[in-house]
Formats: sequence, C-alpha cells, structure tokens
Amino acid sequence: MRVMNKGQNRRSVLAGLAGTGLLMASPGIIGRARAQSGDAIRLGAPFHRTGIGASYGRWYERTANAALEVINAGGGINGMPVEMIVEDDGTDPKRGVELIEKFSAEHKVDAVFGHLFSHVAAATAPRAGELKMPYFLCSEAHTLAAGGFNRYCFQPSISDVKSQVSSMAPWISENLGKKITLIYPDYAFGYDHRDNMTAAIKAQGGEVVADIAIPPTETTFTRYMPRIPFNTEVIYHVMVGPAVMTFVKELGEHLGSNRPEIFGFIDSLEAVDIGIPQLEYLEGTHFWEGHARYAQADQTEFDKFYREKVGVDENGASVDDARDISTYAHMFSVWETLFAMKQAMEMADYKGPDQKVAFLEAMEAIEGFEASNEFPQGEKLFNGKTHQSFAHQNISKVTDGKLEVVYRTSIEETLYEDETDYTQMSF
Amino acid sequence: MTLHNGKLLALCVVTVIVLFGLQFVLPPYLTLALTRILILSVFAMGYNMLMGYTGLLSLGHAMFFAAGLYAAGLSTYYWGVTLPVAFVLGIVGAFAVSLVIGLLALRTQAVSFMIVTLMFAQAGYLMTLQFTNITGGDQGLTLPTDARSFGLFGMVVDMTSDTARFNLALLIFTVVLAVLFAITQGPLGRLFVAVRENEPRTQMLGFDTYAIKLTAFTVSGTISGTAGALYGLMFGYIGSSFAGFQNSIEALLYTLIGGPGTLLGPLLGTAVMTMLIDRLSGITTAYLIVIGVLLIVVNLWFPKGILGTIRDRWLGWLK
Repeated sequence: MRVMNKGQNRRSVLAGLAGTGLLMASPGIIGRARAQSGDAIRLGAPFHRTGIGASYGRWYERTANAALEVINAGGGINGMPVEMIVEDDGTDPKRGVELIEKFSAEHKVDAVFGHLFSHVAAATAPRAGELKMPYFLCSEAHTLAAGGFNRYCFQPSISDVKSQVSSMAPWISENLGKKITLIYPDYAFGYDHRDNMTAAIKAQGGEVVADIAIPPTETTFTRYMPRIPFNTEVIYHVMVGPAVMTFVKELGEHLGSNRPEIFGFIDSLEAVDIGIPQLEYLEGTHFWEGHARYAQADQTEFDKFYREKVGVDENGASVDDARDISTYAHMFSVWETLFAMKQAMEMADYKGPDQKVAFLEAMEAIEGFEASNEFPQGEKLFNGKTHQSFAHQNISKVTDGKLEVVYRTSIEETLYEDETDYTQMSF
Repeated sequence: MTLHNGKLLALCVVTVIVLFGLQFVLPPYLTLALTRILILSVFAMGYNMLMGYTGLLSLGHAMFFAAGLYAAGLSTYYWGVTLPVAFVLGIVGAFAVSLVIGLLALRTQAVSFMIVTLMFAQAGYLMTLQFTNITGGDQGLTLPTDARSFGLFGMVVDMTSDTARFNLALLIFTVVLAVLFAITQGPLGRLFVAVRENEPRTQMLGFDTYAIKLTAFTVSGTISGTAGALYGLMFGYIGSSFAGFQNSIEALLYTLIGGPGTLLGPLLGTAVMTMLIDRLSGITTAYLIVIGVLLIVVNLWFPKGILGTIRDRWLGWLK
C-alpha cells in the first residue's frame, strides 16, 4: 500500500487548483469590453504574431501602430480617438474564427482588420458576416473579388493575386520569355498564382512547361529542382514561410551560372536581406513588388512620409536595426486600409455600431483613392461592387544588390471583369 | 440492471445542469467560448477512450475529427443534404475510417502504434491538400447559407444563433457523456481497463484483446468524428488545418491536463487549456511559453492530470 503525506499533498493539490481558478477568474483575465460605445473607435487587429506568417505579422503590427499615431495626432476619427486591440491568431484558421468572435462579443470593436494569409481569412470571413462585423482584409486572395465572402468584407488597399498576375504576364512574356516553369506553395495562395498565371501567359501566346507545387511544411527543396525542364525560359517562383531563404539558396545552387530568366514574387524574400553573398546569383533577376522596398530615384513625398512614420530606412530595413528587413511590399496595405476605413467612417459620420450599415455603404460608395500620405503606395480604383481595390504594380530588377523598379503597370492593366456584386446582398 | 458508480452519475448530471445554467450568467463571449469547449471536449472524450481507458496512445486523432468534418461538410456542400443528415453522415464516415485504420494500426504496439497512427493521419492530411478541387485544401470551403439552418419537429434551428448553437453543443455533449458513462462504467469499460493494465493477463483469461482494442479504437474514432462533424456544421467552415498534426496533439493535451481515464477529465482539460490560450494570448506574445511551462509542471507534479490526481488521492469513484 502506498503511504503518503495526505495533508501536504492535499495542500499542494488545493493550492494548484486554487491557483488555476484564480488565474482563470481574476478580473484582468476574464476580460470585458473596457469602455462604453461612443467614446472611442475600437478596432480589432488579429495579426499573425506566431506561425508561418509571423514575419509579416510583426511588421503589420508596427505599421498599424504608426498609422494610428498619425490618425490620433490628427484628431482621430469624427473627433474620437482610435484604439487598437491586438490578438495573435497564430496564422491558424481555427484561432482566426475564435478571435472574430472575441472581438465582436467581448471587446465589442467597431471593425476588424489585418488578416493576410488567405486560409485564415477564408475561415474568418463567413463568421464575420454572421456576426455582422465589418472585416477588412490585407490579404491578396482572389476569393473576395470572386464573390466567396459577404457584404461585410472589404479589401480597400492591396490588389488581389488575379489582378497582380494578369497585369504582369504581358511584360514577362514580352521581356523574359514565353516558356514558364511555376514553383509555388502547395496550398490555396499558390493555386491562385498557378491558375491565374497559366491563363494569363496562355493569353499572351506562351505556355507553362512545368508547375511544381511544394508543400508548405518542406524544409529542403533540392529534390524538386530536377523537375525544372531544360526548355524553361522563365522560372516564376512565389514561396512563403520560414524556409524561403533555403529555397532561394538551393534554387541558385541548382541553376548555377547558366540559368534561365527568373521572375519571383517578393513574397519569396519578404523580410530577407537580398544583399547577402548567398543571394548574389539573383543579380539581374526580376521581382513583383506591391510597394518598392528600396527608395527609388523618383521616390514620392508620400513614400518618404510613410517610411519615416513606420521607421523604415531607404533600404526597407528598420531604422533601429539595418538587418531587420521589413515586409515592405505588403505592409502598406495595413496603413492604407486604416485610412480607407477612416475615410468611410467620416463620410458616414460614424459614431458607433448603430451607424454600421451607413459606414459600410459609404465604403461601397468610394470610387478610389489619390496618392497621398494616407495612400503612399499610389492611387487606386476601388470597386464598390466587388469590395476590391486595384492599384499600380511594380516589376523590379535586382541591380547592384538592390531592387530597382523597371516597370510600373497602369491601373487599367490590373482590371478584370466583375465576378460578383456584393451590393445586391442584404446586410 | 445494476447502476454502477452512482456518485459519478450524479456528478455528471450536476455538471450538465451547471453547464446549462452557465449560459444565463456568462457574458456572451464566454458562452461562445463554452460552445467551442463543449465540442472540443467531445473530441477529447473520444481520444480519452483510447488513451485514458485502453492505454493506447494515438498521435493521429485529427484524422477522425477531419473524417467527420469532411463527411458532414462535403455532403451538405455538394449534395445539399440537410444538417441532421449531414451530421449522421459525418458520424458514419468517422466510424468507417476508424474501423479500417484500427484494423491496420492495431497490428502494431506501443511506439510503433504511435508512429503508424501519426503516418495515417499525415497521409489523411496530405489527401485533403491533394484533392483541393474537392476539399478546398487549406483554404477550405465555406458552407452555403442554406446549410446554416435546419427544421426539426416543426422548429427552425438557426446555426448562426449563439443560443441555438450552445444548446445543440450541450445536447450532443450530454448524449456522448451518457454513452461513455454507460461504456466506461459497464463490463466493456472494465475490459478496456483490463487491456490497459495487463494485456497478456486479459488474454489468458480468454478474452480476444485485439477485438477489445478494435472496439475501443472505433468508439474513440467515431466520437472524435462526431465532434468534427459538429464543429464543421456549426461554424460553417471546413479546412485541412483540422486534419493537421497540431489538432491531434491538442486532443492529447486536453486529456493529459484533465486526467486520462476519467470521464470528466477531458471537459476540464479542454476548458483550462482553451481559456488559458485565449486569455494569455491577449496579455503576452509569449503565451505558448507559459502553456509549455504549465504542461511541464502538470507532468512533473500531476502526471495523472487534475481529475486523475484527485481520483488517486481522494475520490476513487472519479473514473
């Protein structure tokens, strides 16, 4: 029979249980909406602080904080200060859904913004509709413009993948080659690229000679490289996640000096310094950039203002640490989305959730944005029916270890036929 | 019929009554969170059946959760079947998958069993990505508006209503709890425990332990799939992340924290883990470190989980 010191054990068990109970029940832990409606605009920000999107999440948060400082210094929105409540979604769809509920029922925010990864947004958007929560995406997925979401979802800043790819395919086919090998992540974001690029390059008289899908969990890529056909004229790559650096290095090692043209989405190298010796082979290759990482010769005053406020230097790195490279090509979407929301709230004279519908209708009525401090990436057309923005896209060439914009598409090149009309949907 | 363990039955009844009452006192968000806890604890209860009662540690239960999720979700997405029918199809799907996988995986033991279940689950996860044109892959599928409500006995149950969802989750939880009470406190449950405690001796007594383990495996997988079907239909979204390894580990952690081999342990474990993650993630970015430390502490000082420790020291009937 086991002998034990009952008193001591009981005490330790009770202490443990009491501790757990206390932790669960303490007022700081059991949160409540912290203030009454009408005294401030509250925005929920579910950022990818951890998980596969963590490098983006960190910079999205920094950009959002900078934008809110500017907004609040200018008097807030309709005379009310703007507060942001940040939660980590772990780049996980399940947690994304939980958080939209938390923002709605507990924090009682006015709107939610900031999701980037498409699978998290895809899971969250339906629940946002059910909760009647205005939900602003900073993603690139085509699902919204294709009619897959609902009237509460908007993407007022960054263009979707279909728009990005179709606007650049003519330039790629005219300047780099017509036989394309696609290398992309084996999930929805990659499929968006595959499907849109295949269609767009075919329309230019070119063809996709191979498409290589790589599982997102992969950490080494050498076994995929031999699948690149010899007749490839252009390698088109778009990889994301912690292993992108390994991917790009191994691609270089495989190709050697006699390589085809390379066109990549900067997603493959967001938050990565391209000036390191292992990436020297990228010299002369091309990248898509939503917003040019390196300050260009014709840098606008707006870009200068935005860099200064977010704390990014002319090389796209943090002003505090030159090795801390930002996700510059994407993170403008957070900044611009906040100013788009501000504009719509001001149009609707928004004071609180009672004017939610007026706020959303005002958003739908916006036709575009001028290039400005608020929209430093450039002017935009906003389609109120599809809830999607269309903007200039940049094609940059690696020159002397820096990205130099060699072509900027017109907005007209990024447009395509409407695939849905959310204004026909009831609130 | 003899009623075994009346005290545990009384505790279960009180638990269900308290859970029902909580919806009237909790703020709206915590009611939503409790809905999710109820569904996930059904998943953990299924896992506990195999790990806690039968002593078989699986690392692939996300596969059964996903089997229920996809069988229910895809049938309503593509064929437009009503939600109750889709729910039943989800259970049937999980039953079929767990039976087939059980027949194969139970030919192995101990570490090999863990690896085989993990491999099957990874194969299942990769299949959901491979057949993206059907499953929607990692981006998943959003169930259509028609699949967000159903008629039952002349009433329309709206799945977007928080009250309806909470009570439906509680109903399914109660049914599963009742079924598991009947199994674990009856002769079948004793056989499961006999296999856990000493399989050769159980064989020597004339029992077919392979059949016992297969029964436990199938019951466990089917219940896990029930949770999956309920989750998919209730939240209107199905995606491959639910088939991922992390989901299997979560079921294991819920069970370990609450107490393996205790009927109500998974509910407690799920509630503690879910609320800790939810609360801590709003306070610190290092919440996963805190969770990790907690797990180490529990394993060092309470290796049998919260209810398992209480059972061993004071309340022997809490099993």
